Amino acid sequence: MMDFFNDYRKLYFTALGLFVVLTMLVAIMPAISNQNNNSPLPTEEALSEAALAGKALYVANGCVACHTQQVRNLDMDKVWGKRPSIAADYADERRTDLWRNTATLMGTERTGPDLTDVGNRQPSAEWNLLHLYQPRAVVAESIMPAYPWLFEEKAELVEGDVEVPVPDAFRKGVKGKIVATKDALNLVAYLQSLKQAELPGAMAAPEFLYKREVKAKAGASGGEDMGLDGAALYAANCQSCHQASGEGLKGAFPPLKGSSIVLDDNPEVLIDVVMNGYDARPEFASMPAIGTNMKLSAAEVTAIINHERTSWGNSARKVPVEEVQKIMDLLKQTAKK
Amino acid sequence: MCTLKPAAMPKQGSDKIPKERSKHFYVILLTTSILLPTATFAQSGSAGDSGLFSLPGILITITLLIIPVVAALFLLAVKANALFRNIQNKKDAEEATRFAAYLKTLNVEQLEALQNDRLHQDYHLNNKELSGPFSPEDSRGLLSSINERANIRFIEAKRKAIVRPGIDPALSKLILWFLGTATFWLVFGTSVGEYIGIKFVAPDVDQVSWLSFGRLRPVHTNAVFWGWSSLAMLGLGYYVVPRVSNIQIHSLNSGWWSLILINASVVLGTSALMAGINNGGGEYREYIWPIQLLFGIGLVITLVNYLRTVANRKTTEIYVSNWYIVAAVMFAIVISIVAYLPNFQNGLGETIIQGYYMHQGVGMWFMLFTLGLVYYYLPQQLNKPIYSYSLGILAFWSQIFFYTLIGTHHFVFSAIPWSLQTVAIVGSAGMIIPVVSGTTNFIMTFRGAWHKVAGSYTLPFFIVGIIFYFTGSLQGTAEAFRSTNLMWHFTDFTVAHSHLTMYGIIAFFLWGGIYAIVPRLTRQEPPQITVGIHFWMAFIGMMFYTIPLMWGGTMRGLMWMEGLPFIESVTMMAPYWLWRAIGGSLMWVSHLVFAYNMYQMINPRKTVNINEEAIKKLHANDYELVDILDK
Repeated sequence: MMDFFNDYRKLYFTALGLFVVLTMLVAIMPAISNQNNNSPLPTEEALSEAALAGKALYVANGCVACHTQQVRNLDMDKVWGKRPSIAADYADERRTDLWRNTATLMGTERTGPDLTDVGNRQPSAEWNLLHLYQPRAVVAESIMPAYPWLFEEKAELVEGDVEVPVPDAFRKGVKGKIVATKDALNLVAYLQSLKQAELPGAMAAPEFLYKREVKAKAGASGGEDMGLDGAALYAANCQSCHQASGEGLKGAFPPLKGSSIVLDDNPEVLIDVVMNGYDARPEFASMPAIGTNMKLSAAEVTAIINHERTSWGNSARKVPVEEVQKIMDLLKQTAKK
Repeated sequence: MCTLKPAAMPKQGSDKIPKERSKHFYVILLTTSILLPTATFAQSGSAGDSGLFSLPGILITITLLIIPVVAALFLLAVKANALFRNIQNKKDAEEATRFAAYLKTLNVEQLEALQNDRLHQDYHLNNKELSGPFSPEDSRGLLSSINERANIRFIEAKRKAIVRPGIDPALSKLILWFLGTATFWLVFGTSVGEYIGIKFVAPDVDQVSWLSFGRLRPVHTNAVFWGWSSLAMLGLGYYVVPRVSNIQIHSLNSGWWSLILINASVVLGTSALMAGINNGGGEYREYIWPIQLLFGIGLVITLVNYLRTVANRKTTEIYVSNWYIVAAVMFAIVISIVAYLPNFQNGLGETIIQGYYMHQGVGMWFMLFTLGLVYYYLPQQLNKPIYSYSLGILAFWSQIFFYTLIGTHHFVFSAIPWSLQTVAIVGSAGMIIPVVSGTTNFIMTFRGAWHKVAGSYTLPFFIVGIIFYFTGSLQGTAEAFRSTNLMWHFTDFTVAHSHLTMYGIIAFFLWGGIYAIVPRLTRQEPPQITVGIHFWMAFIGMMFYTIPLMWGGTMRGLMWMEGLPFIESVTMMAPYWLWRAIGGSLMWVSHLVFAYNMYQMINPRKTVNINEEAIKKLHANDYELVDILDK
């Protein structure tokens, strides 16, 4: 036996052979099979030219270092998408160009949030631009880098310019108007394009595993908030614009503190805004249809609006879940018509 | 215990944490109660919010700005001192020349007088003038065993490298260049790492595109992988491969070529990444192919060189070091080809190859090569043979068999096929075999030689390496299981793991090897005290770096499992990121000390002795031609 290993050719060829065979089995063959046997979902939209340019920027700036783009089939990943990611979601990813490899951008670190479905979760262009210029202007605790080099300073706006309403505290001596460059707009277009495609009718989504045990609800049906944490839901869905203080951001996102819509005894408009968005006031950014996008349930909407109605000095009555359900059904019917 | 709980919880909304989560806390508390000081300090670290100068980020930044300034001032003083000494030396040399010229003008009588003078000066009493030829009676050894050096030694003197037959100076030079450039990349790569670590606590420390986090992170990882670790490994390999083959290295020239190519690839890769040109975001293959190709060619050249050397060896057996080293170079080439061939990289193909590549790069290149080095340097430093040759061989084959399978465990629960994930998890469990057999082998080699540790400055590095080879590798196995993946995947726990392994194992083994051979190559020892500083700062720094990240990462995973808002998990991490920056700073400073030690070992030290120099000059002038003819 040792004679065999004393022949360097035999020794190294055996080792190399074993390694190459295993490589074929666990890497190359599965890769080829996955590449050939998956095709993109028919419901998936191709990236626009702007979004493609934005994706190149996303790659160039190494956003993948902190942001994943994969919803795992785990209950804890439910917050990042409607369903677990499947092979078909990535099937359309191809080699970028002669110099650069495919960028599936699945990532291995979640220092920041997953972005698989961020186009549904946070589609507001105004928010995204401000957030890119200075993340801490919208999320005080954020540790994301600021990208001011994607913006330029202008004395006067020209036709087609998109101005970013940066709060004074974050202007750092910039006197003129802060305008998004083409790059910034492209990057936002890419982020807006990140949406989980609907599965075609017959196809069942994989299950979310490792379900969190639902805590036994005390007095199950009676409580207005159904045992849901309104503050947490607010933080996850609303806070990045309207802020933890409920005061919004001047010139960008309206305050909920003292807002007549929030405090109105009849919650119909409030629920409509949450579910279907709002763009009636030109001095503020338009609000996306966050409730519909995120498929919020009546119980979740109840928890959110009751949190808004009773925090920061607001003191309106708590709305029972049945009433919210009724209004949501009504809104759905009118939307259909 | 009770004091720890609030400290470990996030600052905001700690009153809203459900009971179930605190149950988790207690489980972890019980298992890792060592963390008490860390976590208690962690709270005070996050508390400052009054005024700019109480912000931890600002304070760290200021401290870190002061460090290079102090270092620069220190360097200036050292340089000025060296300059002064140089001038003095020059003066002494001139004096010697004058003295030599004067000696030449002397006539025979004067020379005789001088000789006489010398005889007189050299005359000594023989101490037996009074006692006569008889030795005194000394039955109790009072006279014969006197300890003349009775001063207290505060630091035990470490053993110096044994003077060995000279090593071919040309090979020495090549190895020193490999190790020297590796040291440069260590300092560069970890400076970048230190800087991006600071960005976690002070995200607005700069807002320059070239220095933004996403661009610098791969600069850090690639520089320490391909620059520091790879170059240091190859340099140490150029010492081991010919030595255990008992023959000269096949070609020095090709050694120089791989040195140049690999350095060029890291220089170009670093610049490209900072300019925003990368391969698509897969970890450790961020360099675009034309740049990584240079590295690949460097490897191919090295492989041919090593293979030829082994082929022409003058020993019957191929020592196990050369199994590991040559195999590692072969595998690294295979891995690079697989990673960069475009044929099977669409869609999920890219992900599967990525998982394979990133882990084989670590396991089949860095780990395998370094193990080969340890099989040489450890027995050499202990001056005894490796405990078991067969265990080494078992570890070799089982490492190839299991390690190759485990790549996709980086993508557990992702869209890649469930069966492939299972194979990776099983392979990860199988890694227990090579790890346990390797560790046993190393530890048993120490058997009966533990006393040598105290007298050696290289062995502590090997011990730390062995400890983390065992714990770090098995931690990897533990992380691969589905249940732990739930909690740890995507968190900073994985960052801690990669530092425990790439730093705790690879870097420590490499340092051990470097301190073992560089003094042999240059005949110059590093200052013992600075080697100690390097060791302790690197070790303690790594602990401060990894333990808070593991702790915080676990908490973060649990928060995600509880479904708490993401941003809460960011604020919760703040103190742990601060600790990481502190630990990172210690590690970084230790690398500066290491660079200083390298300088001390490599830079020739010279002082002028007027008399000797004068004599030398006399001879040089008189016998120069004769010398050459003699040869």
